[in-house]
Amino acid sequence: MDVIAGPGCPVCILPAAEIDEAISLALNEVTVVTFGDVIRVPGSESSLQEAKASGGDVRIVYGVGDAVRMAEKEPDKDFVFFAIGFETTAPSTAIEILNKPPQNLSFLVSHRLIPPAMELLLGVGNLHIDGFIAPGHVSTIIGMKPYEIFPNAYRMPTVIAGFEPLDVLFAISMLLQQLKDGEARLENEYKRSVTWEGNVKAQRLMEQVFSVVDGCWRGLGKLPLSALALKEEFLEYDARKKYDLQIERPRDLMPGCLCHLVMIGKIKPPECPLYMKACTPQTPKGACMVSIEGTCRIWAKHKL
Amino acid sequence: MCLAIPAKVLKVQGDVAKVDFGQGVARDVNVMLVEARVGEYVLVHAGYAIQVIDREAAEETLRLWEEILKYE
Ligand code: SF4
Repeated sequence: MDVIAGPGCPVCILPAAEIDEAISLALNEVTVVTFGDVIRVPGSESSLQEAKASGGDVRIVYGVGDAVRMAEKEPDKDFVFFAIGFETTAPSTAIEILNKPPQNLSFLVSHRLIPPAMELLLGVGNLHIDGFIAPGHVSTIIGMKPYEIFPNAYRMPTVIAGFEPLDVLFAISMLLQQLKDGEARLENEYKRSVTWEGNVKAQRLMEQVFSVVDGCWRGLGKLPLSALALKEEFLEYDARKKYDLQIERPRDLMPGCLCHLVMIGKIKPPECPLYMKACTPQTPKGACMVSIEGTCRIWAKHKL
Repeated sequence: MCLAIPAKVLKVQGDVAKVDFGQGVARDVNVMLVEARVGEYVLVHAGYAIQVIDREAAEETLRLWEEILKYE
């Protein structure tokens, strides 16, 4: 049996172009505020950490609320919150936008959605997936319903699981049971947090603030209806509009890096010729080795 | 980034609650997305509670886990 990580690391899947946007802001007198995981992730040429080293103001926060408080405290500075993450994180961005943040704060929205990425995996040849373990915290927000298509339309056993080691083991045993029964069902291992309808209030706030649009994923191109963008009435908070950001010819992958294939489970990190040679946790060449949630980084940490 | 951690609700004031992540330190989190009540546990992600943990389901899961661990 093989358990493979899918495209679930929210910083790894960010396309270089969107990191480049944040870098160009940081190098142009704007204070960029974001989550700690993001700042070492490579854009086309450099990272936010390098922008900071060259004098850019890049700050790490625990959540979007901290960015709002910073902007209130320093009204003479321009702030941009680099809003990344999946459905778990997007509601917090929606809350702060609906709360009418201060004028000197805008948002670089790079949220992505999980079910479209799972659908992509089903279209990739030779992956031989026998079941899905769906992510518990995304599901806490979206509920079980969006996964119905996997057992119903694709005959793919699907179990929503929590993140404790025993949660994952239980999810695996539930998937094995489905395979044994020769049935594809949608089941919930993470009952203490996930309900059928999910967090309806969070969903409503997200719908109020964002529209669902096509979005690029690192090295995978554009996936239909997989990203969130600010709705018309909130465009005053859109950093892309406010600063007229244009990125030319972004580069998602360093020469030789196979992150895109690692992310969809097509290859394992050791199958990348650079793994633990040119690319190590100390000298990462790709996002999957930079981020603590990246597949290559996790393999390296456990010396697999 | 996918991390969400349970915390006990100590006090609720409008959209903000004081919670304890188990270290005995009270921290502020936003509870606008949930119906937080004192004494309950909420799941917190990036400073925002995203769900009230279903105590019955949590206890049942723990029971199941303990049962399995007994056989080790
Ligand atoms: S080992 Fe490094 S270069 Fe190879 S896929 Fe992973 S991150 Fe990219």
